Amino acid sequence: MKLFRRNLLRLTRASLPPGVKDDPIHVRIRDLHKSYGEHEVLKGVSLDIHRGQTNLIIGPSGSGKTVLMRQLIRLENPDSGQLIVNGIDFARLEGLNLAAMRRTFGMVFQMSALFDSMTVFDNVAFPLREHTDLSRTEIRDRVMDRLTGLGVAAAAQKLPAQLSGGMQKRVAVARAMILESEILIYDEPTTGLDPITTEMVDELITEAEEMFGVTSVVISHDMASVVRIANQLSFLHEGRIAATGTPEELLHTDHPATAEFIRASRISTT
Amino acid sequence: MLWSLVPDAAPSAPANPDEHSKLRAAFRDAGNWLLRLLLSPFVEVGALSKLLWESAFWGIRPPYRGRLFVEAMEFIGIGSIFLVSLTAVFVGGVLALQLVDGFRDFGAENQTGAVIGLALAREVGPVFAALMVTSRAGSAMTTELGSMRVTNQIDALVTMAVNPVQYLVVPRLVAGFVMVPVLTMLFNIVGVMGAFFVAVGLLGLDPGVFMDRLKWLVDWDDVSQGLIKAMVFGVAVTLIACRQGFYAKGGAAGVGRATNRAVVQSAIAILVLDYLVTGLVLGQGLL
Repeated sequence: MKLFRRNLLRLTRASLPPGVKDDPIHVRIRDLHKSYGEHEVLKGVSLDIHRGQTNLIIGPSGSGKTVLMRQLIRLENPDSGQLIVNGIDFARLEGLNLAAMRRTFGMVFQMSALFDSMTVFDNVAFPLREHTDLSRTEIRDRVMDRLTGLGVAAAAQKLPAQLSGGMQKRVAVARAMILESEILIYDEPTTGLDPITTEMVDELITEAEEMFGVTSVVISHDMASVVRIANQLSFLHEGRIAATGTPEELLHTDHPATAEFIRASRISTT
Repeated sequence: MLWSLVPDAAPSAPANPDEHSKLRAAFRDAGNWLLRLLLSPFVEVGALSKLLWESAFWGIRPPYRGRLFVEAMEFIGIGSIFLVSLTAVFVGGVLALQLVDGFRDFGAENQTGAVIGLALAREVGPVFAALMVTSRAGSAMTTELGSMRVTNQIDALVTMAVNPVQYLVVPRLVAGFVMVPVLTMLFNIVGVMGAFFVAVGLLGLDPGVFMDRLKWLVDWDDVSQGLIKAMVFGVAVTLIACRQGFYAKGGAAGVGRATNRAVVQSAIAILVLDYLVTGLVLGQGLL
């Protein structure tokens, strides 16, 4: 057990080539393809994820955002293309190396995906119990520290079903961050939430980035969030990145589909 | 063409040019449906074999999570004690009622204890215990894993570098393998008690003769035959339940369909495997 954990840690650290931490591009996605049967969803996605920034990927429903997210964290295997994370092609890794590399990522699912049979505390402690040799006291301290930082310490002994959507999101962020992952991926974090909770979740994403220095990748179709939190913005259209840049650049783009999407979302571009 | 020389017999052109292609598509769909139907048992057995292989692979690898094994055993075993005992009492009782009534016609009612013991140990105990585990624990396992699948909890495990087969399936399979034989023994004991109560207490059979005949005919080979079956059933019903839940899709309705499939497939698997294992143990009845 200890050997297994040590191997995981060794692989995570040893596999980092020198100088990658200074590279402003954290993830390079190159010519990524994914099909389901005859239906090609991703038709050669190429995109840079900027280190320490909030990178938003927007696009209409059915454009392939969730499929892209599932490839990015290797919940599915891409058909072809590269996912260069810290200089390593994540798309080619298998077995123990893949498991080790996954710890680079934390994932906040659309519906939070908290384990409903566990309390909030146990949910957040889960990755620590699985992947570290920390004592009970150390785990308790670290979990409570993270829950306090995100304002949900009072709910530690509650079950996820007893929490509001916004609080569940906070717990999901705490769980995703507990192993100090470098990259946090949010899948449609504000879908189905009321405007106030949406704003809270947006603040939470910014807070997580500022507090823990993580790179955030937010997959969304909520243009209001773009204005509030995005440092980098990419528009996914029909399985390809149609436009990418700062929010300013994209809000004034002349790319027809992107401009149409922005116009339809009634976001002020002035 | 020759048809044009016989105008009356020439096939008429379709009223709508799309008609032929629609007909072809309908035939193709019907063919595909039939092919899927014929292949589905093989596909299912293949998927179950794959999951069993993955479970064996991940089952021998660290980390070993003792707590999950204990929890699964408690859920499958301890949680089923009442249901198994209740059904065993009535199954034993009704067997006694039927056999005493039937044997009395030719004065063989003294053999009731022996026949009931044999039937329970070899067939009724393992089959009923496995069916009870299917209806109570198997369906609950499918629902739980299915809900975890459709709410991304299984994906969350993967993103946290925890293998979901190792974490969710292996403990349940081991628990099925261990606890269904234990429940079978319980079923046998309680079933004999139920039969004894009805045959001796209600129908007036001699208690000494009942127990003597039971001990005379039923030996360890009969009990072990039932326990071997119970181990096979235990793995089969938990494997089917886990497979259906683990790969459930389509939201709440999909979980409902998966649970339904799990119960039906488990019941069929128990009866088919019962015949196959009996044939193997007795060395006859198989090709």
